[in-house]
Amino acid sequence: MKTKLTALAVTTALVAPAAIAEEMTIVSWGGAYSKSQLRAYHEPYSEKTGVTIINDDSSAEAVAKLRAMDEAGNVTWDVVDVVAADAIRLCDEGLAMEIDPDTMLAAAPDGTSAADDFGDLLVSECFIPQIVYSTTFGYRTDLVGDTAPTDICAVFDTDAYPGKRSLEKRPINNMEWALLCDGVAKDDVYDVLATPEGQDKALAKLDTIKDDVIWWSAGADTPQLLADGEVIMGSTYNGRLFSVIEEQKQPVAMLWDAQVFDLDGWIIPAGLSDERKKRALDYIMFATDTQRLADQAKYISYGPARKSSAPLVGKHADMGIEMAPHMPTDPENAKNTFLYNYEFWADYRDDIDAKFQAWLAK
Amino acid sequence: MASLTPISRKPLSFVLPTTAAFGAFLGLFVGTANGSGLTGILAGAAIVAVMGILFVSVIRNEGLSKWISIVGVAMMGLFFAGLPGIILGALAGWFFHWLTYWLYEGRYRAKLLPYLTSGQVLWHYTFRTICGAIFVFLITPILVVMPLSFNAQDFFTFTPEMLRLDPAGYSLKHYQDFFTNNEWQRSFKNSLIIAPIATVISVSLGTLAAIGLSQSHVPGRRAIMAILISPMIVPLIISATGMFFFYSDIGNWLEGTLGLPKNFVGYVKVILAHAVLGIPFVIITVTATLVGFDHSLTRAAANMGASPVTTFFRVQMPLILPGVISGGLFAFITSFDEVVVVLFVGSASQKTLPWQMFTGLREQISPTILAVATILVVISVLLLATVEMLRRRSERLRGMSPT
Amino acid sequence: MSDATQSGPVLAADGTPLKRSLARSLRVQKMRAMALIAPLLIFVLISFIFPIGKMLFKSVQNDIVEQTLPLTVQQLNQWDATTGELPDEALYAAFVADMVVAIDAKKHTRLGTRLNYEQTGMSSLFRKSGRKIKRLDPETDGPFKDKLIKIDKKWGEVETWSVIKTHSVKITNGYFLNAVDMQRTPEGAQAQPEDKRILIKLFQRTLIMSLIITCSCIMLSYPVAWLLANLPARSANMLMILVLLPFWTSLLVRTSAWKVMLQQQGVINETLVWLGLVADDSRLALINNATGTIIAMTHILLPFMILPMYSVMRTIQPTYLRAAKSMGATNWTAFWRVYFPLSVPGIGAGSILVFILAIGYYITPEIVGGTKGVFISNRIAYHISSSLNWGLAAALGSILLAVVLLLYWCYDKIVGIDNVKLG
Repeated sequence: MKTKLTALAVTTALVAPAAIAEEMTIVSWGGAYSKSQLRAYHEPYSEKTGVTIINDDSSAEAVAKLRAMDEAGNVTWDVVDVVAADAIRLCDEGLAMEIDPDTMLAAAPDGTSAADDFGDLLVSECFIPQIVYSTTFGYRTDLVGDTAPTDICAVFDTDAYPGKRSLEKRPINNMEWALLCDGVAKDDVYDVLATPEGQDKALAKLDTIKDDVIWWSAGADTPQLLADGEVIMGSTYNGRLFSVIEEQKQPVAMLWDAQVFDLDGWIIPAGLSDERKKRALDYIMFATDTQRLADQAKYISYGPARKSSAPLVGKHADMGIEMAPHMPTDPENAKNTFLYNYEFWADYRDDIDAKFQAWLAK
Repeated sequence: MASLTPISRKPLSFVLPTTAAFGAFLGLFVGTANGSGLTGILAGAAIVAVMGILFVSVIRNEGLSKWISIVGVAMMGLFFAGLPGIILGALAGWFFHWLTYWLYEGRYRAKLLPYLTSGQVLWHYTFRTICGAIFVFLITPILVVMPLSFNAQDFFTFTPEMLRLDPAGYSLKHYQDFFTNNEWQRSFKNSLIIAPIATVISVSLGTLAAIGLSQSHVPGRRAIMAILISPMIVPLIISATGMFFFYSDIGNWLEGTLGLPKNFVGYVKVILAHAVLGIPFVIITVTATLVGFDHSLTRAAANMGASPVTTFFRVQMPLILPGVISGGLFAFITSFDEVVVVLFVGSASQKTLPWQMFTGLREQISPTILAVATILVVISVLLLATVEMLRRRSERLRGMSPT
Repeated sequence: MSDATQSGPVLAADGTPLKRSLARSLRVQKMRAMALIAPLLIFVLISFIFPIGKMLFKSVQNDIVEQTLPLTVQQLNQWDATTGELPDEALYAAFVADMVVAIDAKKHTRLGTRLNYEQTGMSSLFRKSGRKIKRLDPETDGPFKDKLIKIDKKWGEVETWSVIKTHSVKITNGYFLNAVDMQRTPEGAQAQPEDKRILIKLFQRTLIMSLIITCSCIMLSYPVAWLLANLPARSANMLMILVLLPFWTSLLVRTSAWKVMLQQQGVINETLVWLGLVADDSRLALINNATGTIIAMTHILLPFMILPMYSVMRTIQPTYLRAAKSMGATNWTAFWRVYFPLSVPGIGAGSILVFILAIGYYITPEIVGGTKGVFISNRIAYHISSSLNWGLAAALGSILLAVVLLLYWCYDKIVGIDNVKLG
């Protein structure tokens, strides 16, 4: 009886999807972010073309899996959502396809070419930016005392703000912040960080708070830690903090100071068959046009990567909150910002990573 | 074993100090929580001792005094700790009443051997308490998960509303999410497809191999055993990457040369990968059962004209069934709880429940995974009950007397 | 019995000599046993042992240098680094020719990353120079020696070239040396610089913590297993459900539950503070350190210890204890000299199971271990999924596997592998 039931379940599960000819696998991060893509991109695209989109929440393992797929000669993904740094790495290793913005991406409604519309956010030949997000700090308004922190160095000031902090378990961003609060001028940060002495200096600064740090590696960690009161402040992506503050109504506020802008977007894996490549490009053309990028901001508080999309950003689809003030790019929030230095980290990541990991394990 | 020993009432001079000690212990906590530990100890000891005298010398009615004790201590709980205090208080009241009568009537000796010294009796109950504490350690994480799955918020946090037992702090929304969300439903369904088939494969191949291994004169037995158990001992992340390459090649071949649909091939890959991981458990449990297997039974069957196949299904199988089933359950749970290998070998269409949980933990704080866990715990209790029933059945088959 | 007096070989019923007949039946038995084992053995060999072997082979495989820079490697073989002189123009020309091809195929950064494992700065050297070498034409733009040195002065250093030469071998011991905090240099194996030495420490920590986890599992399991083995079957089975329940609950869920329990604002600390046993400002640090890993993993692995112990203890006759006592042994002597030795196989089985599973774990330490409570497997996972240094991951994995196999062998010698019983 049991085997019969299972057999039945297998046949229905296996045969039904096979009947649909066109399907593509799109890889993303999962959670609220995938949901915003589902509503802003996948649903309208499926409706328009009849293509079934399978969402694979594997972006966190994307680099490793794409490399393994490449070695095995069997790439099963069609479009992959990755952060810009990963895109650069994949592009460098020949694992992602190069994109020509003029022919492969849609122009803005006013005729501005895609290359101009995205501007210098096209940080790699293989990468089509989708959103601008920032990594910034959130703090518990009820646990930081009377004077709320206003600048980044509060993170390193355990006297004024005693308690735990959460930082990402990687050198990127943390090293810059440490140097900044160790008296290095903002413009010199990367010059200093390029030298072994500068790296030691940054680690020495981080050493002063090492005992008070909880290291996170998944985006959901800091919001949970803040909600528990386990940390008094912690870095995370601004969209996560938005959801903690506005949707979950937690006593948390944002410290926009020295937020680091980063990009997230699409790549198309190298080595797809012509037919799949054509479909992937068609999807990219659709999903990164001006209106679609603006639509995504209705569901999640990340800024669209096209200049032409910015004026179209409206209210949150479910909560009716005006989204513009929650965007990292809003002038009020962007008084002191960093742009992730892709070239620097592409060159130095391996070195600094090894050092940082050894320091962590000490 | 019931009532080995005649029991007799114990003097109050023994009962009262013992119960008072327990009362003092509880009083210590209530006292420290309210400022003074010492007052707590004294008050606790005094209250429990007075209650003891009251119950056994004044009221003399066990049923009535039980309710007095429960209600009385619950009121004290309400006074010190609010609404949740009532429940704790009622439990404490029930416990003190039970303890008083248990000691006073001498019931604590009823099930013990009559010749034990009082030191041995004390050790007996201390030992039970230690074991109880270990069981609590085993089960607490699950007890924590259950109430959290009814959290009205999207965090793994006991909110103040929950601690106050305020209905507003609880909701069924995570259960609703599980039953209505496509992703959860699809991954649940995938797990229900993949785990049983993987189990069937590992159990059938594993049982055959175990029977082969249990026979004498198998050349290279140790080496074979080591190879078959290896999936358990290779670190999972290494297995996952290694198998990824292998199954990509297999997948290419199945899709390219045989022209099978992509989806079907995807399931085959994950199922085979999980089947391998489950094999060591089947091998270990079934060989262990076969060690005690009496081979004269198969000879007797053969003597009476049964074919080897008949012998296997009618004689051997029913007897080693418990081993096979417990091996199968281990294999099932291996597949049902496996996240590393499926992350590498599977693709989105084969997303299993643990994979969805993993994403749930990493990308979105969602107590839905706790709701799922609670549902699974309930299912496992049912499964374990089934195993127990099967065990009793096999005992009957063997003609043993029920124990 | 009259047959015995007959001369000649003993015959079986069908007239063949008994010896041959027995040999044949033994052969048939062996064949039948092998036929039963074969399907599974072949399945495991092909779908597990072979792929794992292939994966572990990556720990010595190193053809990337020769594949990316074939001409350069040929030239390097003729160059002697010990003279302290730079290679000649022919090598620089070969290098540019190789690089132009490699840049076109986008392989040079991968090579840079590979060499960076051995020598810091190689990755950025290859990336930066790559952007400029791209514009050179190997046919017409020579000579290249000065041009390259102008692009980056590191090309004018003997060390750069000797690093490439050292790592141009196809089969290398470099990854294994890295795995034990050493490196392959032109002068042979040497220790890593101080600030990169962590792996030996992690191996030690993995072994020590696994040992602690195994010990605490023994301590907690022994009383429980004893109780289960000595209770009547019906109540034992009810308690067994309590042992198995956590085992059936998803690992991820149990780990998150421990997070909820152990953190500073967690259930345990809150309760202790509420009871006044711990001051509010000195809450216990139970998570994100070794303590967290030990508690959570002890809990997760406990059933693997209880079950084998239980199955061994169930076979120990209670009469032995009574006999010892009737002969005048004290409770303790009876337990220690009679019962305990009989239960040792159970402890052995459980220990080996728990220890092997513990040293291979990585999800739980990753979630509750912080930085001080992580294992070598976390490092393997890191190298596989983020740093992409698969060679090192494979080397670490091979060492770990060797340790496990050694343990397995010891265990098989001491207890015998078929004595493990899981329920």
